[in-house]
Amino acid sequence: MTTLPATTQKQLGLVIDLDTCVGCHACVINCKEWNTSGYGTALSDQDPYGANPTGAWLNRIHTFEVLQESQNSGGKPAGQGVGEVIGTAGEARVVHFPKSCLHCEDAPCVTVCPTGASYKRAEDGIVLVDEDMCIGCGLCAWSCAYGAREMDLAAGVMKKCTLCVDRIYNEDLEEVDRQPACVKTCPAGARHFGDLADPMSDVSILVKDRGGFDLMPEQGNKPVNKYLPPRERTSLAASAPMAMPEAPIEADGLLGWVDRLLSGGASSGKGVN
Amino acid sequence: MHPAPSVIAFTTLSGAGYGLAFVLALGHGNPAFTSTKIAWFVALALIAIGLLCSTLHLGNPQRAWRAFSQWRSSWLSREGVMAVLTFVPLTILTGMSVFGDTFHLGLGYVGGIMAAITVYCTAMIYASLRTIPQWHTGWTPACYLMFSMTSGTVLYLSLFGWPAGTQSNDRWVMLAIVFLIVSWGFKFMWSRRALSVGYGDSTMESATGLGHLGKVKLLERPHAMGNYLTNEMAFRVARKHLSKLGWIEIVLGAVVPIVLLAVSSLIGGGFGQFLQVVALMSLMGGLFVERWLFFAVARHAVGLYYGGDEALVPAE
Amino acid sequence: RADIRLSRGSEILGAHDVKLNGPVGEKHSTTCYMCACRCGINVYLKPDENGVKKVRYIEGNRDHPVNKGVLCAKGSAGIMQHYSPARLNAPMKRVGPRGSGEFEEISWEEALTIATDWMEPLKADPKKLAFFTGRDQSQSLTSWWAQQFGTPNYAAHGGFCSVNMAAAGIYTIGGAFWEFGSPDWDRTKMFVMFGVAEDHDSNPIKMGIGKLKKNGGRFVSVNPVRTGYSAVADDWLGIKPGTDGLLILSVIHELFRTQKIDIDYLLRYSNAAFLVIDAPGTAEHGMIARDKDGVELVWDSAKKKAVPHTTKGVAPNLTSAVMATINRKKVAAKPVFMLMAEEYTKAEYAPENIAPRTGIDAATIAGLAAEIARVAFEEEITIEQEWVDMKGEKHDRFIGRPVSMHAMRGISAHSNGFQTCRALHVLQVLIGSVDCPGGFRCKPSYPKPYTAHPKPHAKNAKGTTGPLAGPHLGYPHGPEDLALDADGNALRIDKAFTWDAPLSAHGMMHMVIANAHAGDPYKIDTLFMYMANMAWNSSMNTRGTIEMLTDKDAKGDYIIPHIIYSDAYRSEMVAYADLILPDTTYLERHDCISLLDRPCSEPEAVVDSIRWPVVEPDRDVRGFQSVVLDLGARLGLPGMTNEDGSAKYKDYADYMVNHERKPGIGPLAGYRGEKGDKAGRGAPNPDQLERYKANGSFSMTHLPDEALFFKHANKAYQDFAVDMGFFDAPQPVTFNLYLEVLQKFRLAAQGHGDVQPPDRIRDRVARTFDPLPVWYAPFEGEDLGDRTDNEFPYHALTQRPMAMYHSWGSQNAWLRQIHTKNPLYVPASICDAKGLKDGDWAWVTSWHGKIKVQIARMDAVNADTMWTWNAIGKRRGAWELDKDAPEATKGFLLNHLINELLPPKKDGYRWANSDPITGQAAWYDLRVNIERAPEGEGVSEPVLGHQKRRRPAKEELRYGLEWTK
Ligand SMILES: Nc1nc2c(c(=O)[nH]1)N[C@H]1C(S)=C(S)[C@@H](COP(=O)(O)OP(=O)(O)OC[C@H]3O[C@@H](n4cnc5c(=O)[nH]c(N)nc54)[C@H](O)[C@@H]3O)O[C@H]1N2
Ligand SMILES: Nc1nc2c(c(=O)[nH]1)N[C@H]1C(S)=C(S)[C@@H](COP(=O)(O)OP(=O)(O)OC[C@H]3O[C@@H](n4cnc5c(=O)[nH]c(N)nc54)[C@H](O)[C@@H]3O)O[C@H]1N2
Ligand code: SF4
Ligand code: SF4
Ligand code: SF4
Ligand code: SF4
Ligand code: SF4
Ligand SMILES: [Mo]
Repeated sequence: MTTLPATTQKQLGLVIDLDTCVGCHACVINCKEWNTSGYGTALSDQDPYGANPTGAWLNRIHTFEVLQESQNSGGKPAGQGVGEVIGTAGEARVVHFPKSCLHCEDAPCVTVCPTGASYKRAEDGIVLVDEDMCIGCGLCAWSCAYGAREMDLAAGVMKKCTLCVDRIYNEDLEEVDRQPACVKTCPAGARHFGDLADPMSDVSILVKDRGGFDLMPEQGNKPVNKYLPPRERTSLAASAPMAMPEAPIEADGLLGWVDRLLSGGASSGKGVN
Repeated sequence: MHPAPSVIAFTTLSGAGYGLAFVLALGHGNPAFTSTKIAWFVALALIAIGLLCSTLHLGNPQRAWRAFSQWRSSWLSREGVMAVLTFVPLTILTGMSVFGDTFHLGLGYVGGIMAAITVYCTAMIYASLRTIPQWHTGWTPACYLMFSMTSGTVLYLSLFGWPAGTQSNDRWVMLAIVFLIVSWGFKFMWSRRALSVGYGDSTMESATGLGHLGKVKLLERPHAMGNYLTNEMAFRVARKHLSKLGWIEIVLGAVVPIVLLAVSSLIGGGFGQFLQVVALMSLMGGLFVERWLFFAVARHAVGLYYGGDEALVPAE
Repeated sequence: RADIRLSRGSEILGAHDVKLNGPVGEKHSTTCYMCACRCGINVYLKPDENGVKKVRYIEGNRDHPVNKGVLCAKGSAGIMQHYSPARLNAPMKRVGPRGSGEFEEISWEEALTIATDWMEPLKADPKKLAFFTGRDQSQSLTSWWAQQFGTPNYAAHGGFCSVNMAAAGIYTIGGAFWEFGSPDWDRTKMFVMFGVAEDHDSNPIKMGIGKLKKNGGRFVSVNPVRTGYSAVADDWLGIKPGTDGLLILSVIHELFRTQKIDIDYLLRYSNAAFLVIDAPGTAEHGMIARDKDGVELVWDSAKKKAVPHTTKGVAPNLTSAVMATINRKKVAAKPVFMLMAEEYTKAEYAPENIAPRTGIDAATIAGLAAEIARVAFEEEITIEQEWVDMKGEKHDRFIGRPVSMHAMRGISAHSNGFQTCRALHVLQVLIGSVDCPGGFRCKPSYPKPYTAHPKPHAKNAKGTTGPLAGPHLGYPHGPEDLALDADGNALRIDKAFTWDAPLSAHGMMHMVIANAHAGDPYKIDTLFMYMANMAWNSSMNTRGTIEMLTDKDAKGDYIIPHIIYSDAYRSEMVAYADLILPDTTYLERHDCISLLDRPCSEPEAVVDSIRWPVVEPDRDVRGFQSVVLDLGARLGLPGMTNEDGSAKYKDYADYMVNHERKPGIGPLAGYRGEKGDKAGRGAPNPDQLERYKANGSFSMTHLPDEALFFKHANKAYQDFAVDMGFFDAPQPVTFNLYLEVLQKFRLAAQGHGDVQPPDRIRDRVARTFDPLPVWYAPFEGEDLGDRTDNEFPYHALTQRPMAMYHSWGSQNAWLRQIHTKNPLYVPASICDAKGLKDGDWAWVTSWHGKIKVQIARMDAVNADTMWTWNAIGKRRGAWELDKDAPEATKGFLLNHLINELLPPKKDGYRWANSDPITGQAAWYDLRVNIERAPEGEGVSEPVLGHQKRRRPAKEELRYGLEWTK
């Protein structure tokens, strides 16, 4: 195939930290806000004040619940100890899951495009749609396993995350602001932007340290964007056997330790300093 | 996948058109007969109507010409290119028949093969999509090609109205019945696979990468109402409708045509001819349902982000 | 400027040239008001094809101390709010019946004349005017206005919001979570959060959690529901609602048991050593022993006598009952610490005994305590920085216990909320983590002891008219400060500061409509409200509230005769008012976020900020604050009128700059003095607003390095605070482990003193006003008795969606797509027991009402608790939404199930569904049951009429199209 660059000089993309994303949708709305009057045509909304409001978005947050197999049907009877402390040390949990274009290395959305409107840039790997060439056939959206492409119903052209190409190279913006809108706005700092082809970049290091993974590797798209998994949890119960008092309470009464402390004797807990 | 009427119309009509063209292009039908002239014309018309239909679902049909450019990688582009190229020999052959009462076998072979390739390209648009395991199989082009041949043949048969009882009519009826059986056999293989592959190798766990933590389930959609993706790709029919439609498809598309064709060949005459036309209508109806189901049973990977089958609200 | 050419990667088909759209636009910095967090924003304006400047983009202001460049979903959707079709266009006079939404647009002159005509006569009996401002960021203006009018009836929304949190904090540590303090995000190593879905500090909490994660800290969330913040917590404790007090006291039990308490810290900063008189049955019992000058006494172990706690070098006793001679009387007394130890070491607080009631297993409770203690004491951090405390002692360093906590309505919106919030603060003090590195830090002008706050005022300075003697709201020190007349009747319409809610420091806005309707304690004439959707999501018992607003007397007149309301949008409340004063959007007006109000400081810097008209209004609307000043001048109110009767302030901007509360102290603290070089105190500066604008619309004054921690006892800080004008003399805080104020009320209930509660309430006061934190069962469950377990075995809650602000978000084309409707999330176990599955409809009932809703199944939730997103449900036609909008047909309010009163008692009296101490609305005490319902029309119930819309909705929105060409 000639239409995907064999390699790209850079692989710009996002690293999304599922351990930190609180599902606030800031990135979703800021993305829309920036892009509706940015690259390409406006991101339209249909029936915005009506009974079925929908619109074109380049980034969306899904919320998943992850159930341990043992308890995914029915939960445990109420009030039975650990049964209700669902979650300490990894039982049913909720994961907020942001998703936008992953700027795949083997992007099927580019090769299926009949017009050449879809393309992947050789210099940085960004996958874009040239809206002036797009006929709105929708095939690229069909070919994307991640649901990262959405047709703008008003303009009849395909929209997708541009990696804020009109920010990251935009010399009208201050240098610190030359990053995607969603990354800049994310309050929790769960989104990171950088060059994943450079093993020394912050994002590459993050991916390495935190075990960043690909979505649906079996689809063979080689996504550039990576996801960082929720961290391992340790249960509080494991800390339970707290260091026992140095002297048993009985020795000098309930508050003997305080007296000893105040008289400058043995210290435990926290002494006078 | 959401069955779009324009795409259903396109694939079934142009499929029949290409099938008929294929039959004609192999030299069947006396080019001097009016019925042959009409047949050529019908073939071209069906192809053209189908192609027109296919532009209906484009957001910007005025730029459709651009779709010819990416034939090196895109099956859709190849289909477009092939469709246009195929018009050349088929139009010439039509002209030869209509105006010159002649036919050219060499050109016929070229046109016939090109017609088949066009149908193959159409099928490959679907079959090449990894995201939709139901489609991503050799059975998809096999079915498209067979259905095209079958509907072309039945169309040919009903257009010509060979006097029933003649040898050649019986031969064509035999052929049509064989085609019908083979295509539905292919379709049976396709469906059996389709109904069991689900989302293929992909699961909600692989989609989210959270499998190591447990079983993943959708708690909340990103936006409360539907969107382009869910409307287009996260479509699902209720089981009960599925089996009902499955029966309709078989009855209209296979049982009725086979019985009617067989009967037509037994009784012959005008009524036999009429039965062949009914068989054609029934077959086309069956194919519409078949094509609707082709979409409706297909699962797109993106559905996994919207909760997989359990969470997709079935269309009534 | 060169267009940036974006070249195509592959060789075929020529280049895809993409033109950028030039610069983003003109940049103006102001302050967000898509919620109360007050982030700094840059608003970019760009002309459209007609040359009219429109908002192109709103981003977080990187230099702003609150949000440092980030912007939440709501803030990012500001464009859609600003251009919302639901904006009000002009003043309006009601022409249809209340609730119909039928209005006639009128001129401002007519509107202000009507308002003045209604109010002018009330100056003779000012309490007939009730002025309640909901989500008000100008309370220092509005309260001052009400004070000048002379009505005792003023408050903002705190009473139904989170006064438990605020009051418990102020009374205990002189600061509060809420917006008044925050974890030391950069240094904390363990963060424990109770009952927070979002909170006012929206962006800072998210930024903080991000930092904590980056630094490898541990995050524990206690919450029945595991979404949002709880979803990313390292440990999630899915507690049973209303039982956090028990959990916290159990942790305290463990700390006592294992001797993990910062004794030194307690001695220095708390009343742990204060002697409490032990003389049961007397009026002194439980009072703190004081010398004749009123200084609290401690027991000097060395000298064996009671001495003032301020005595130099005293080594106070903490552990023994003593017999002291105080003011020449022999008195038995115990130090506070000993009382605590006696109480909290009881077996009833042991984790294994608490576990069944909280639904959290004993090992987890013990583990929580152990981790808190371990991190606090074993991961101590120090900052090498000399500082001097209020006793003059010099310290070489700040010592930090890096455990921080935060809590909000999950613990405060219960009838036991005040005591639970207090328990939490006491826990913080016990481990020495208040205002230390890595702990919880106050934001200046906090800490400020309750004694430095005003007391409540409900009487006129002179006679029965004219200005009030002082501010309405404050912190009572005892029964003598209640707002009662000589016969013990409530002076205020909301009955704040009465025996029903003695410490209702924020007033009780949620009782106003019910009381005004009942004429109890008296009838009012005009209800004047601002920015509160009282006919809908901010009221309990929404249907009942609507009935009260529309109820008529025998003559056919509305029982509440006049309702004036200021909103910016066509909310539900608009339909129920008679006169509408349309406000601007937040991008069109002057505003000030003042230190006299709810400050927006950071722990290390004093911050205040402004808003200004970045865009001029294109409608006939006016900023409410300017309108209030205008009304004040028309009514001739003191302070707002010149001697010749003309208006003193042209508008709010004029007031912001020139008003002085005290000489040199005005609404804005930055750029004061003629040259604009003074912070805090200084003469008005005519150039002040320009200076703010040039500085991103905020001013920031850093604390000196030696003043950064232990502000409650830090000399450098206290001096700084005096310089800034927070107070006129230093106001160090002694942390009240033991809250004597409560004991005073309790003694009154036990028959001591001049001001005593009515008999019906004595027991309750005696039981709940414990000077040491206690836990008691939430009232709704308790009052229902057997019915609780049999009929209403479950809890139901709401949570704030991060991408919506109460009811405002639904008019916002972008935000509403996220939460177009709200399901009720039901625990899997209940679904299975009741045969419910995703998408089913169900009846949910409480003792008060019933609603029909659609459910969704969920596992990561406390097994007895169902929940939904707050305030998504809308009345049909409100907010200019289609009548079939899912918000109205599928969305719902839980409020229909909650009553402002508890079920009747045996004597027929109905208590408020509130905290007995502060009057905080007990939203989360709700008990419910659930049954499958036939789908029917698939519409949520009840359906409460509909509101007239102005125009059909736009079918398509392509915002920004003009700039993409
Ligand atoms: N079930 C349930 N009910 C609850 C709660 C809960 O958790 N659960 N929470 C409670 C709490 S804590 C609170 S604070 C209340 C909040 O309840 P409200 O304070 O009533 O909340 P809002 O919906 O924000 O309504 C404020 C009104 O201000 C208007 N407004 C917005 N911007 C402007 C403006 O610029 N100028 C003017 N003049 N008006 C404007 C809006 O249009 C709206 O009508 O809800 C309470 N109700
Ligand atoms: N985006 C957004 N931000 C807002 C607002 C908004 O409407 N939208 N509103 C603002 C206002 S007015 C306020 S008052 C604040 C409120 O801020 P929050 O207090 O965060 O608001 P709530 O949504 O009431 O969250 C209460 C949380 O406590 C939990 N909870 C309920 N009962 C209990 C209990 O008994 N124990 C424990 N441990 N947890 C419990 C609930 O599950 C929920 O997560 O938010 C402010 N910020
Ligand atoms: S995520 Fe989808 S749209 Fe983006 S590059 Fe990959 S396949 Fe293409
Ligand atoms: S929709 Fe546009 S970009 Fe996508 S495949 Fe069709 S022409 Fe290409
Ligand atoms: S990189 Fe830009 S376009 Fe892509 S999701 Fe983020 S904000 Fe949207
Ligand atoms: S802004 Fe950040 S925290 Fe919020 S949803 Fe997006 S990625 Fe998650
Ligand atoms: S938290 Fe969001 S809505 Fe609230 S002030 Fe900040 S940016 Fe605005
Ligand atoms: Mo609130």
